[in-house]
Amino acid sequence: MSNRDNPINPSGPSSWEDGMLGTSGPQIAPLAYEQKSGPATSPLPSGGNLAGRLRWRRRLLVLAGQLALGVVVIGGWQWFTTEGWVDRFFFGQPTGIVHRLYTLFRDGTSFGSYPRQIFVTFQEAVYGFLLGSVVGIVVGVALGTNRYLSDIVSPYIKMLNAIPRIVLGSIFVVAFGVGLLPKVILAAVLVFFVVFFNAFQGVREVDPNVIANARVLGAKQLDIIRHVTLPSAMTWIIASLHTAFGFAIVGALVQEILGSTEGLGLVISTAQGTFDANGIFAVVFTVMALTLVAEFILTRIEHRLLAWRPQSRSEAASI
Amino acid sequence: MAAATRSARIELTGVTKRFLTPSGPIFTAIEDVSFVVEPGQFCAVVGPTGCGKSTTLSLVSGLDRPSAGQITIGGAPVEGIADGVSFMFQADALLPWKTVLGNVAMGPIFRGTGKKQAHASARDWVRRVGLAGFEDRYPHQLSGGMRKRVAMAAALINEPRILIMDEPFGALDVQTKAIMSNELLALWEQIRCSVIFITHDLDEAVALSDRVVVMTSSPGSIKDVYDIDLPRPRGDVQEMRFQPRFVELQRRIWSSLREEVERAYAATAVSA
Repeated sequence: MSNRDNPINPSGPSSWEDGMLGTSGPQIAPLAYEQKSGPATSPLPSGGNLAGRLRWRRRLLVLAGQLALGVVVIGGWQWFTTEGWVDRFFFGQPTGIVHRLYTLFRDGTSFGSYPRQIFVTFQEAVYGFLLGSVVGIVVGVALGTNRYLSDIVSPYIKMLNAIPRIVLGSIFVVAFGVGLLPKVILAAVLVFFVVFFNAFQGVREVDPNVIANARVLGAKQLDIIRHVTLPSAMTWIIASLHTAFGFAIVGALVQEILGSTEGLGLVISTAQGTFDANGIFAVVFTVMALTLVAEFILTRIEHRLLAWRPQSRSEAASI
Repeated sequence: MAAATRSARIELTGVTKRFLTPSGPIFTAIEDVSFVVEPGQFCAVVGPTGCGKSTTLSLVSGLDRPSAGQITIGGAPVEGIADGVSFMFQADALLPWKTVLGNVAMGPIFRGTGKKQAHASARDWVRRVGLAGFEDRYPHQLSGGMRKRVAMAAALINEPRILIMDEPFGALDVQTKAIMSNELLALWEQIRCSVIFITHDLDEAVALSDRVVVMTSSPGSIKDVYDIDLPRPRGDVQEMRFQPRFVELQRRIWSSLREEVERAYAATAVSA
């Protein structure tokens, strides 16, 4: 982190002495001192201590900004609904949502405890996610490595991709009923296309030199896929998995709303039926938490699988 | 290891390669190329940019097939990836997701050696190219010269009869290049496989090889073949440049190559 990156110090040392930014004085005082002692000659602080302090200071600033943003949005919501400028009956209210979450956990729903509903939806999403991504990777790699096959299939894939996939949910209710299977299938279908296109593209981007090298070294087709194609495409595939899990949750929820005997989707549609805005938001926040947990796990896996990459890139990708 | 019996004679007879370009017309990359690399010989191929040197190599290695003519290695025609051939590419062909050790061990593993044994011999080769202690690094953590060493170890670990090198040191700075050339020569003296080596650098070609093949501008064919009678072991590549015999050979080959380079340059200048 260089001092030049510091957005609040564009004009250099002189402005510090003028006492601008007086309110945050104590925090930035050491920096101002450093700036004065050796300004033009060393734009990058050489002392590890100073660099650490700068990083720490920046982290604090970011954290403060994040907190402020959260307070403004949620506090604003609470305030507006309390004052009645926004109708809390239709748009919910943060305290109401928290209370609703509490009652959901305490009393459960008419079709079972709330953790049970969370588990059901999570299970459907995870199964769908696994099924969809495995099939997506296999098909993507197969078509990516075989030009003839991909030329044959690609118009059909494009057609299938043009189907608004949510409406498939109705078909799945008719065909597979209201159990686990239709949810898993819809989630898998949503996941498949995301992962498939990335896997396909990833395979196509593999450096032909590297493949030629592996072939000369004696690699068979399967060796090439295992040691070259798949790891190379992994960067692309993993990037898609982040989006894909969100889609898996969407698939499970939508299918539950269309027809089910339990799950978060059913909680939502029940809340909708009773005009319970807080109930809907309660589920929304639950799903957010679920997705964030899954995202965290995926990021951990990503760091493990992509440990070979230069640090900066994988850090940028994890945002 | 009986080095002489392991190395193989490479013979190209009337080899032609044509490509179908995306825009329609047929492009002849090389035409009627014939030359011989004797067993254990170090042969450099020089020629202007785009004269089909790399194409020639991909045909010898079996990565691609000739449109006409025949290539034999040790008397057997090349069909598919030839056995006992290693290839060092101009660009980095290391797998970025494998460590140094993993990259070097690839050859034996692809050829069915157990992982443990492959890693043991990879460790040995990593040491031989002077990278002991770097086994667990990833390619992006290495310098260009170090990556070339890894590629060299990966190519030599299979104990090839034939080593094909496509401007392996082209991307390196001059000093690193000289060091790598010396090390290549030292390793090659131990193995004595037949080598085909593409380069733009005439000094490098004369310093390293027993035979220099000069190719014409596109479509590439053989213009001249020079035998380099500098004694072996050659010693330091940098020092050799000042020997009178070296200078004389270099001058003769350059006068042959020069016309082709100028013609190739004129062709690109006109089309551009």
